[in-house]
Formats: sequence, C-alpha cells, structure tokens
Amino acid sequence: MIDRRLLTNFDWKVLALILLIAGIGVLNIHSASASYKLVGLPYSLKQFYWLVIGSGLVLIVCSVDYHILEDFSYWFYGTLLVFLLLVLAVGRTSMGATRWIHLGFFSMQPSEPMKIVIIMTFARYFARNHAVNLLGWRDIWKPLLLLGLPALLIAKQPDLGTAIMVCLVAGTIILAVGVRWSLVVSMVVSSLPIIYVAWHYLLRGYQKNRILNFLDPERDPLKSGYHLIQSKIAVGSGGIFGRGFMQGTQSQLRFLPEQHTDFAFSVFAEEWGFVGTMILLFLYMALVLWGLHVASRCSDRFGTLLAVGVTAMLFWHVVINIGMVIGLFPVVGVPLPFFSYGGTSMITSMIGAGLLLNISMRRFMF
Amino acid sequence: MSGQRYIRAGQDTTKRLYYISIAAVILFLILLSRLWFLQFIEVDRLRVMSENNRLRFIPVAASRGALLDRNGKIIVNNTPSFSLAVIPNEVKDITYLVENISRIIGVDREELLSRWTKSKGRAKYFPVVLASGLTRDQVEYFEENRLRLPGIEVEVKPVREYPGGTFSSHLLGYIAEVSDKELDMPDFSDYNPGDYIGKNGIERSYEKYLHGEDGGRQIEVDARGRYLRTLSENPPVPGQSMELTIDLDLQRAAEKALGDKAAAVIALDVNNGEVLSFASSPGFDPALFTGRMPPEKWKSYLEDKRHPLENKALKGQYPPGSTFKVITALAGLSEGVIDEHTTVNCTGEHKLGNATFRCWNKKGHGRIDLKGALRESCDVYFYLLGEKLGVDKIADYARRFSFGEPLGIGIDGEKGGFVPTSAWKEKKTGTKWFKGETLPVSIGQGYLTATTIQLAAMTAGLATDGKIYRPHLVKRILDREGKTAREFPPELLKKIDLKAEHFRLVREGLLAVVNEPRGTGAAARLYEVKVAGKTGTSQVVKMKDGKNASSYQFRDHALFIAFAPYEKPEIAVAVVVEHGEHGGGAAAPVAGQLLRKYFELKGVIKRTEPRVEDEDGDEESGGGD
Repeated sequence: MIDRRLLTNFDWKVLALILLIAGIGVLNIHSASASYKLVGLPYSLKQFYWLVIGSGLVLIVCSVDYHILEDFSYWFYGTLLVFLLLVLAVGRTSMGATRWIHLGFFSMQPSEPMKIVIIMTFARYFARNHAVNLLGWRDIWKPLLLLGLPALLIAKQPDLGTAIMVCLVAGTIILAVGVRWSLVVSMVVSSLPIIYVAWHYLLRGYQKNRILNFLDPERDPLKSGYHLIQSKIAVGSGGIFGRGFMQGTQSQLRFLPEQHTDFAFSVFAEEWGFVGTMILLFLYMALVLWGLHVASRCSDRFGTLLAVGVTAMLFWHVVINIGMVIGLFPVVGVPLPFFSYGGTSMITSMIGAGLLLNISMRRFMF
Repeated sequence: MSGQRYIRAGQDTTKRLYYISIAAVILFLILLSRLWFLQFIEVDRLRVMSENNRLRFIPVAASRGALLDRNGKIIVNNTPSFSLAVIPNEVKDITYLVENISRIIGVDREELLSRWTKSKGRAKYFPVVLASGLTRDQVEYFEENRLRLPGIEVEVKPVREYPGGTFSSHLLGYIAEVSDKELDMPDFSDYNPGDYIGKNGIERSYEKYLHGEDGGRQIEVDARGRYLRTLSENPPVPGQSMELTIDLDLQRAAEKALGDKAAAVIALDVNNGEVLSFASSPGFDPALFTGRMPPEKWKSYLEDKRHPLENKALKGQYPPGSTFKVITALAGLSEGVIDEHTTVNCTGEHKLGNATFRCWNKKGHGRIDLKGALRESCDVYFYLLGEKLGVDKIADYARRFSFGEPLGIGIDGEKGGFVPTSAWKEKKTGTKWFKGETLPVSIGQGYLTATTIQLAAMTAGLATDGKIYRPHLVKRILDREGKTAREFPPELLKKIDLKAEHFRLVREGLLAVVNEPRGTGAAARLYEVKVAGKTGTSQVVKMKDGKNASSYQFRDHALFIAFAPYEKPEIAVAVVVEHGEHGGGAAAPVAGQLLRKYFELKGVIKRTEPRVEDEDGDEESGGGD
C-alpha cells in the first residue's frame, strides 16, 4: 500500500518534532519520579516503552489510507457508545470514578478513543452534509446530538476533563466548517441554563470545589486549592533558567500533586525555567500550526476536518493542561500530550499524530 | 481509488483555518505571557514560598551557665533530663503507642493523649514531648523498642537543677518561658516565643551572661513534613558560669536558722562587700514556676500571710527600730552633743509638750551613759539626743550610711528605704516638722525605713571605721574553660569621715549589748569569738492596746544587727524577723547561729553540739507615742 511517492511525502521533520517532545517528556518523568518509591519498572522507562509502541502505531496508522475511516466512522461511534453505556452499567470503579470496563482479557477506558472517534464522526458528518451557506440551527442539531450523547455519558462517569475535551474538539470542527454568528451567540446564551443545571445536578462536589478553588485558590489552601498553589510556586520558582535538571525542590520533595502525569509541566517549568517552557511551548505551537497547515492543504473535506479535529485535540490538551498548571484554568484531569506519563494518553496522541501524517502524505493522491 | 468519492474542501475553509491558526497562536501567547509573569515577575515571591515549603528552623537552646558558690561548690547546674517525644508524622497507631508508654512510665493514658491532642495544628515533624524526667531503665526500654513503637524519640535536654525545695529561691530566682511582655522589651528582642529566660533573682539580673547564645539547625523537609537532612547548623554558645560571693554552707545555715518564719538575713564581708549569705524566708519552689503551676499551690502562695513570693531581703523596707541608735549615737558624738560620759536620767518616759514618749522599760533605766543606753537600748537617752540633734542632722548621718538609696547589690528591684527630713515633710504635707516627730526617728521609728541590706551595710561601716563597700553577689564570671572572664572587685561605696574614737565608743556599746549582763542581745553571744550587736524592734502599728494587737499581722518586727570578731571585724549580719516581736528573742539567735557557723567554717570554732540557751536574754521594746 505504501508506494514510493507516499514515503517521499512523509513529514519526517514533524515525526522528529513529536519524538523530541516525547523525549523531553521521558527525561522529565525521570526527574519527576526520582523521589518515588520504586515498584517494578521506573516510570521513565515505562514511558519510553509507550513511546516506542506509540511510534509503531504512528507507522501503522500511516500505512492505512485515512479515507477508509470515513466509511467506518459511524460503526466506531456506535460501538464506543455501547461501551460507554456498559461502563455506566458494569464498569469498574476506581478512585470514585467509573471509567473502565472489562472485556474478558483486557480492560479499556472507552472515553479515551471516543476523543478520536468523535472527530471522525464529525468529519464524516460535515463532509457528507455540506451546507452551501454557514451552518445554522437546522444544520447542527443532529451533530450536537451525536456529540451530546457521549459527552454526557463521559461527564457522568465522572470524567469532566475528557467530556470538556470532546466538546471543545467538536466545537472547533464546527468552527472550521463555518457557522453563523447568530448561532454562536444563541449557543452561548442557551448554554447558560445548561451550566446552571450542570452545576446543580451533574457536577460532583470535588468538581465544584476545583472550580471554586480555581476562582479563589486561598479558599482552601490545604486541600483542593493546595495543588494549584503548589503548582504555581513550582512554576514561578523556576525563574528564567530554572533550578536545573532534578534540582527542583517542589518536585523532588513532592510538594506537587500527580507530578509525573497531569502536573509534569510544572516539574519541567521548575527545573528548566522560562527558557525551557518557552521552547516547549514553541514546539507545541509548531506542531499545531503544522496540523492546521495539513488541514488547509488537504484536498478533500473529510481529510481537512479530520486534520482540524486531531489538531484541535492536541491543541486543547496543551492549552488546558498548561493553563491548569499555571493557574489559568481550573484543575481538570487533562494530560499534556506526548509529555505526561501514561500509556493511554501516549497512544491517543500518537494515533492523532499518525492521522495527521497520514493526511499529510496523501495530499497528492488525487 | 477514485477521487470523485471525496468532496473537495473549499476556499472558505482555508480562510477559516487561517483565522483559527491566528486564534491558536494568540492562545499560546497568553500561556507564554502567564509563564513570563510567573517566572519573571513573581519569581522572588514564589521562590520564598518554595523555600518556606521545604526549610524549617529548629532552635537549639544554649545550655545555661552554672551558679557556683564562693568556694566553687555548685549551687545551680544543668543536668541532662531524658524526655520521651513522639514525632507526629511517624506515628502509625497513637492508641497503641500511648498504651505502651503509659504502661512503662506509669502516667495516665488520658493525660498522655491530651498532650498529644494539644500538639494538633503544629508542624508534623516537630517532636511532641509526652513525658519528661525518664529514668535510665525507661530510657533503655524505649531505645530497645524503637522499631516496635514507631514515632517515639528519646530526647536529652539540659534542665536547670536547683538545690531543691525552696532553697535560696529569692536569691537565685528561676527560669521560665519568656512572656509576651518581655518579648516586647528591647533587652530581649533576640528572644523567640518558647525560649527560657531568667525571671527573678540572679537568674534574671545576670541573664545576659547566663543565657548564652541559642543556636539552631536548618533542616529540609518533604511535602509530608518528614525530616530529610540538615542543611546548616549553628551550634549554641553555652552561657557563662558565675561564681557567687555566697558561701553555700553559710547560706544553708542562714535558711535553717530562719526556719519557716517570715524573715530576711544578709551577711556581708565587711572588708569588701561580698554577700556571704542572702536569705529571704519563706521561699518558693522554683520548679513549680518553670513547669506547670498547680492552681491550688498558686493560691496557697498568694494567701500565705508570710508572703513567700516576696523577696524580703531585697525589697522589704522596715523601720530599723533600735538598731538605728547606732547612727543617732554617732551623730550625737560627732556633733558634740554628747560624749561618752554624758548621762541621762531615764524615768521610763520623756515629756515633750503635751505628749509623753515612753521608754520600752516603763520602770526606767535610771541614770545611764551612752554605753548603758546602747546596751539596754534606753529610748529616753536617744529621745533627748534626737531632740537636740533635730531630724535633719539625723537624716544627714543616715544618708552617709547610705540609707534612703538602693545599694546596688546586683539584683533588679532592690529598694532604698526612706529617710525623712523637715523639707520633705513640708513639701509633702505643707505643714512644718514637729519636734515630736523627731523623737521616733531617733530610735528608728516613724517615717524612717531601711532594707536588710542597708542595715548590714551600716553595720559593716561601723565595724570598719566608716568604710562601706558595695554589697555584691557575684565574684566573677567564668568562661567555658573555667577561667575568669570578668571580675567584680570590691567597690568602696562610702567612706564615712567620722572620728575613729566615736566609732569605737559605739562599737563598745554594741559589744556590751551582746556580752554584758542586762545587754539585750545575749542570744547572739559566742564564747570563742567576741560578737558585737544591736537589737531592734520596729512597730507595725502605733497603738498596741487595740483589740488586734495580738494577731500576727500587727505584731512588731524583730531586728538584729551584729559584727564579729569585735577586735578585727570580718563579717556583718543583719536579721529581720517579720512580726517576730522582740529583736533579742527572735532575731539575735538567728545572727548567733549564723556567726557560729561562719567561725566553724573558718575553723575558729570547733564543731560542737548545739549550744545551750543563755541566761539573761533581756528583751526590749521601743517606740514613742
């Protein structure tokens, strides 16, 4: 399937960019987990294995023409929706949230692949249902239903981070398709009662606390607000050049919460300073701009929207994770793509990267 | 593959993607500017917070200087005390721990638990002391079972060890946690809450020498407050020890002689002002003030009529009574009003205008000269003398003997007594001084007051032909090697320029007081050494015939001053027994016992069985109407 022309169009530089970010991530995890009591393999080594597996996935995803996905989109969507319902019914509960289901020989967390599947679903929907004018209510209630079902199921788990992520990604695709201003305004207006209902009936106590603590971190400096304060201290005390690799006291003495996963960036910021964070941010920005570039030069509508969706997924993860770590957003459990420790996040991000490379290398196919 | 299946993206989409790119860049720049804000502008503040997260300062108190007596015997020292502490964040099961500790040291479980609960809210790496004063066996048990009882720690701390009970409590003082009020004082600006500080007596007045410099350790802790390592250590500089002028054995004898009476004793070396003993009774238990004072104990201190918390030697101001006749006599001789042959016929009273001033001996002493008047403490003799001298002359001589001002013994709060003059009275009341007011002053009553220290200094001045050295309690301050760091040499405070002959005449009178028949101070007599002294009784209330006359607080104070040996004086003693009634009966024996001990320690007197009481212990009572 892979002919010579495809190989010459492969964006090696972008793959190198991703591997660079992930490589920095592995080093950072090594530092972040240096103070942990070791059980089994070190986190940095495990992350390295996930990186290798993820790179393999990139190649596999690249080798299959992405156009095939258009046909399978709804099937994927349907299957995952069933899984999400199953999670609600028979899922495994851990740490107060029910996110996993057992599928005989392995367990899975259907909300994670849903991030990508919702992109495919939206890309397919808008590729097929092409409105001549900008989108209005009439054009949008069906995709909103497609989005709403899984988003609500995920929020109910509860996994607010993923639910928000799914909505943001879908929203970005809608923006790329083109939407009437009146619709945007009316959506914002109509979302107010939804937020009200969500606040009173959907959000759990800890989720509300996180939002309140974000608005006022001193409200509860020893409990939920603690994470935010300690993270800000870590980032800020890094200064311009940082404290040096494995020298950050906030991380090495474990004042940071979940410092190898969601708060990996604050470890990095403490140890590498503004110079480091600026470079990392530029790497992510380059990746995002390249993703949008891939989308705009893709010649078919499905590919464009798929690329926009995948780029949006990476982009929103980056913005929300870093924004949370530096106190711009409330604490929601969103990992930093390629950077935070975790196989799930690595695989999702790598599949996304594979899709982008896939779309990019097949831009001359017709 | 046929391309026709796929719908091509339009021009509009490209434009929108362009806008989306710009929006993405803007969001990135917002993140970047926030990072810039935190890492450029807020860096100093957040670094401090980061340091505060991980750095802790554990103060290490300096060990306090010891107090030694004049012969190098230890009076107050620090002994290692073992206490059992638990470190909250290492404790796994507090109930199990408390049960074990309670079983070993025999302290109630509830009490241990309450100490544990009180520590809540403090840093979790800070040891909480559950019990102190462990025995060796208990220490051994806890050391052996450390692993079984996670979180326990045996701490060694130097603890101030006082001689025991109430011994010398007013002289030595005590230490306790620094108070909020003291923290505000400029002298103690270096102190931190929880530091120990001298509260009284020598512990207070020589705090700056004794305290030393506290040190501390800066340690690093993790997010759970667990100790990781010591980053820097500033070892404490131990306080300096002091060699006092006090003779420990003499001091013991003085307190023993006072017993449980409300009384004060000062013994001075007449040739340099060194205070050989300084006692105020009853004392208090300094240990109670250092630790937790039981409320009932506190109440009993406050309600005790003998005022155990009052430093009577330092702050008690008493009319000196007949002991003051020493000064009236010297004034009379020096002013030429009397000489040794001048006699007075004592009829038992002296009339001045309408008022009658009585001698303590209602029958009268008959014709009597100076020596006899001193020996038998004849009041009439001194009424007549005082009348001729006038109050201002008397005051002048009293001042020369440093009455009316603190002598600067070296403990804070020393009082100075009071010497009345006619000018003072006119200024204060607007009325003239009456002659009738002079007569009580001439026998040491009325407005006149003096401290025990002043009486001792006066006696020393008399014994040495007018030399009064500043009474002081500290001989020298020692450095860590035990060498002299600072010395307190004798300081000649007053040189009273009177004729040696006059001093001799008064001394002869005082010798007679103790050694001749009808002398009032026979209770202070020693057979091996010639003692000279003078009794005194100071009125507490003027009218003795009132219905309360017999109740404790209205009884007269008993006084006695003495010096010895008569020929070549070394030691001067002043004794005040509050409400002791008669100087000869209550105060003179105290001086006698003290002097006996002094000469025993010197080897002049061989240690013998307690002496049998003497024959003619005449008593006196003075005062006019």
